Amino acid sequence: MSKKSTRILVVDDEEIVRESLSGWLEKDGHTIGTAADGLAALQALEEKPWSILLVDLKMPGIDGLEVLRRVKEKHPETAILIMTAYATVDTAVKAMKLGAFDYIVKPFDPEEVSLIVEKIVAQQALVRENVILRKALKREYQFHDLVTKSPAMLATLELARIAARSPSTILILGESGTGKELLARAVHAESPRHTKPFVAVSCAALSETLLESELFGYEKGAFTGANARREGKFESARGGTLFLDEIGDISPKLQQDLLRVLEERRVTRVGGTESFPIDVRIIAATNRDLPKEVEEGRFRQDLFYRLNVIATRLVPLRERREDIPLLVDTLLEQLGSELKREVEGVAAEAMAVLMAHSWPGNVRELRNVLERAIVVSTGPMLTARDLGLTLRPEDAVPGHPVSLAEVERQHIAAILKQTAGNVTQSARILDIDRVTLYAKIRKYGLSRAEGGEFEETSGR
Amino acid sequence: MNEAAVWWIGAGPGDPELLDGVRARLASEFSVPCRVEFPAERPEEAWDARRGQHSSSRILLWLKERTSQGRVLGLTDADLFIPILTFVFGEAQLNGRVAVVSTARLGGPTGLPGEKGRVAARLQKEAVHELGHTFGLLHCRTERCAMARSASLRDVDAKKPALCPACRALYLEVSSEIGEPHE
Repeated sequence: MSKKSTRILVVDDEEIVRESLSGWLEKDGHTIGTAADGLAALQALEEKPWSILLVDLKMPGIDGLEVLRRVKEKHPETAILIMTAYATVDTAVKAMKLGAFDYIVKPFDPEEVSLIVEKIVAQQALVRENVILRKALKREYQFHDLVTKSPAMLATLELARIAARSPSTILILGESGTGKELLARAVHAESPRHTKPFVAVSCAALSETLLESELFGYEKGAFTGANARREGKFESARGGTLFLDEIGDISPKLQQDLLRVLEERRVTRVGGTESFPIDVRIIAATNRDLPKEVEEGRFRQDLFYRLNVIATRLVPLRERREDIPLLVDTLLEQLGSELKREVEGVAAEAMAVLMAHSWPGNVRELRNVLERAIVVSTGPMLTARDLGLTLRPEDAVPGHPVSLAEVERQHIAAILKQTAGNVTQSARILDIDRVTLYAKIRKYGLSRAEGGEFEETSGR
Repeated sequence: MNEAAVWWIGAGPGDPELLDGVRARLASEFSVPCRVEFPAERPEEAWDARRGQHSSSRILLWLKERTSQGRVLGLTDADLFIPILTFVFGEAQLNGRVAVVSTARLGGPTGLPGEKGRVAARLQKEAVHELGHTFGLLHCRTERCAMARSASLRDVDAKKPALCPACRALYLEVSSEIGEPHE
């Protein structure tokens, strides 16, 4: 059966059609929803994402074509199949012109509808993979690529999104691996400058003189080896955004030069005499505690004020553990495409290790751990052993915030383990009936492995 | 408890050899005691004059009303449909206790040599498939698995009358724990 369940919404005013179609599609392992009319369908799309809509042409209120038109406007990625009892060439042409995936006449030939649904599922998987690969290639990141549901992070992102539209300098504070460059790229993508270049410079990677010529450029003959004039990053980023990463690491001399550039909005190339105006938006970032650096005299206060116009702080992963399952899903999908390996998920035990780790390297570390796990794993589910992380007692954070569903899943997994996989006994302990427990086992993808222990699986 | 019955509910006389073949296949595949029964009544209300076919969903309701324990697989020669499809080979209640399979679309041109054997083989595959649904098994991507979706005779012929190792493992797990199906 398919690796991931596709979300299909059946929209028809006839209850019998909704029931019969959803019952039939359900056996393919898809997640099925129903809506009795066009408005309910549009409402359902606002609440949750649906990959495929099967929409009846004739419905009271908003008809199928109107649903198609509105959905395509707001959710162009949704595939829509128009269903009708009577096919007319005219409406078929209209539906296809409005972007319907196909047009089928009720009752359907089982083979025909199976093939169409299969085709859509395959096509959508390809599109998804393409988007991921293209992004990885072009490093096109947007705000929604910063996966989070942590209120503190959401507030940071909201501020950055608003600030993106202004020309103001932004200072991003955050530990290594929290996604400072990702946020800077997202701000650039959201800003009016998004059609112009985004230029990133890592200030810690270069020596003082190299960084100077890198940033400001140099004239021919400025120093030994300067055989030709070269433009600096301030020039290359013309009209766009210059991202100065690890700004806290630059030398006092460069701090002074940079301050002058920011104040005058003009640059002089190394070895040059003339200055020329620059048009860049500056985003600076550091993992250092910049106010403290200022206090201790290592960072110029005036430069700090110049940079600290709009300050944002990226929350370390250990302070937003609720994001870990979400990040794992997203990263597995990205890494799966990049490494050309199909991974279904992370076993419950492995997830517990991920939730408990202290993540000093933040999301980047999580990504690296998952990449390693995918490479060394032998089955479709990543196990705790694949992760190569050892659970140290100091990493365990009692009562760290996770979702209710996560707690439920972990608890059920623990009880099942305790009873060696005996559902009847587990149900008694949990004080729910076996059918409910079984439904939950399926929902959370828990199943009994050979050794009598429960581990996560999905698909069958 | 896990037990299954095969009920002949067709219009014509049930072919004992055909029915026993299904019974034996189910008993062996699902490791459950299985018997053949010939109820006197027929699900008359399942006939849909407009479609000229029998509603498989209504047959399931009819079977459910008459089943108090174990699972029942109705076998019929009536052509079956669900409202949204032109026909179905069979239907089952997912995680339920009843299923139905029809021979109506399982035969090729009549009179060909070996036709009876072909129909019998196809019927056994679809019987395993529908009863599998009552144990909560979903469609399988493995073409040769009995749980693969069959939308055409070609699909039916591509499969074996048995569960693939993955579906089998799942079945063993479900059957050992679930036992009695949902009401």
